[in-house]
Amino acid sequence: MRSAVPDTLHGPGGAREGTPDGGGRAASRGSAARHPVARSGRVAGLFSGGRLTTVVLFLPPALLLFTIFVILPMGEAAWYSLFNWDGYGEPTRYYGFRNYERLFGHRAFTSALINNGLIILVSLLVQLPLALAMAVILANRIPGAIFFRLVFFLPFVLAEVAAGLIWRFVYDGDYGILAEIARWFGYESAHVLADRGWAMYAILGVIVWKYFGFHMMIYIAGLQAIPSSLFEAARIDGANRWQVLRYVTLPSLAPTIRLSVFFAVIGSLQLFDLVMPMTRGGPSDSTQTMVTYLYSFGMMRMDIGFGSAVGVVLFVICVVFAFTYKRTAMRND
Amino acid sequence: MTDAALERPTIRPARMPRPTAFDTSLLYRYAALLFVAGLVLVPLLATAMGGLKTIGELRTDPFGLPDSWVWSNYTDILTGHRFWEMLLNSLIIALLTVALTVTTGAMVAFLFAHLTFFGDRYLLSYFMLGLLFPAATAILPLFIKIRDLGLLDSYWGVVLPQAAFGLGLSILLFRGFFRQLPSDLLEAALIDGCSYVRFFRSVTLPLSRPILATVSVFIFVQSWNNYLLPLVMLNSDPMFPWPLGLMQFQGEYMTNWPALLAYVTLTIAPAILMFLLAQKHIVAGITAGAVKG
Repeated sequence: MRSAVPDTLHGPGGAREGTPDGGGRAASRGSAARHPVARSGRVAGLFSGGRLTTVVLFLPPALLLFTIFVILPMGEAAWYSLFNWDGYGEPTRYYGFRNYERLFGHRAFTSALINNGLIILVSLLVQLPLALAMAVILANRIPGAIFFRLVFFLPFVLAEVAAGLIWRFVYDGDYGILAEIARWFGYESAHVLADRGWAMYAILGVIVWKYFGFHMMIYIAGLQAIPSSLFEAARIDGANRWQVLRYVTLPSLAPTIRLSVFFAVIGSLQLFDLVMPMTRGGPSDSTQTMVTYLYSFGMMRMDIGFGSAVGVVLFVICVVFAFTYKRTAMRND
Repeated sequence: MTDAALERPTIRPARMPRPTAFDTSLLYRYAALLFVAGLVLVPLLATAMGGLKTIGELRTDPFGLPDSWVWSNYTDILTGHRFWEMLLNSLIIALLTVALTVTTGAMVAFLFAHLTFFGDRYLLSYFMLGLLFPAATAILPLFIKIRDLGLLDSYWGVVLPQAAFGLGLSILLFRGFFRQLPSDLLEAALIDGCSYVRFFRSVTLPLSRPILATVSVFIFVQSWNNYLLPLVMLNSDPMFPWPLGLMQFQGEYMTNWPALLAYVTLTIAPAILMFLLAQKHIVAGITAGAVKG
């Protein structure tokens, strides 16, 4: 319908279009925009087909949405974190870095950091090996493989809130499954989630239950991308099953494993929904994660400055991890 | 996590030689599978069964089949209007989120896939920033923003942030797919005087059904299960999507486990049904970035 719009390749309009994120180096590429050179695999034709119109129509909606609701709030979090502010009026009481000092001096936050560390550890040392073992078994065409894949993936599809409530029932000291098993062995029924010493471990178990199927699916996809000639060659060379696993499967799967480690760590850092229905961070802050901490001490108390400081810390951890991990572990992928 | 290698020719599964004679390791493998499957399924089945028991029976036997099947827990919920109201809220929020993310994401991904324009690479990296951190990090400023826009306690207060945070992944997946469409098509169309906009509508979109479905299903499921954003943005019962409704129900029926278990079962039923119907797309969306050429 816009095909009649004449060529608008050159002219200031084109330049203005790109300026928001311009920067010095982008400016040097301005000529490329005016005299389009075909980049590999792209069509930057002699016939523009309403190039500018397309950019003007297609870019702003996503750009606005993303800037207003993702980038600006992150910048605002950094700004608000310097104030003591309850969210009403304008933030005026400048606080410097005192919110951060308060944060790192707070026992509950230290415990949240430790818990997030524990979650990462268990994800890497228990969940991923389990997922890998199941994937290796199920990538073979053994009867029932499809059924088991579906079953193992099922917990991942459930909402965290529902999964949390299901496990609250499992762990319930009076009515739960665990209590029944305890009674079976002649023990007193335990209220696991109400016990400072046990609650976090109970949650870690649920995390493995909930997410190992996700990693298994990634591994199965990765395994299926390995050319079967590799396995055949190993077989012909007389490798046994373990040797195949050690010298063919695992090395070929390494990029997939590195990716799933990335997902596991980023996912562990943002755990919230699953904890809320089980313990809400209690008893006495023993199961706080960074996000439940942010919710209980920032949102619930309308302490916007303090909560924003928590958000900034979480953001820095996520971004630093993502960049260093991509630079080091995934640099060849 | 670069280009999604979604629609490439099907790759033969890695296959080890089939076990020939009786193979004890096969036995071990099945034992492991059954054990893990048991751990996965027992809590789910006990939950569904628990909704059919009396509270007394649940206390003595949380495992087995109910002695007398008590359907009232389920029927009470199904005949009340609150349950349906919150499912409807969840549905509206999820559909609006999908519509917004998919249209804005596909349009901008089309630009990144086919056009060279001023600063395009920087813009792409800018959008990819959204993949690095969760909405939780900015939840308080988001709350302030939604409040100042007057959108608290409205569907849009949840939809807009959800769509914005879903953009990164959708753009990544769409762009990867669009770039794999044969470029001759676009060249020919442009030479014939077709505009980019028209090409997008009448060629790209119809050819991209698989990726549209994958992204839609993925965004839908995320929205359907989301808890934190609605928790912060909505505060009146009639607006609650089901995760909030479920938590509220739990607060009210704290000790009435059978009623709560019936409620949990009924709320996860649509998700399980959805999963069984759309599993291809869900799995594709999840493994999209994973299998990399």
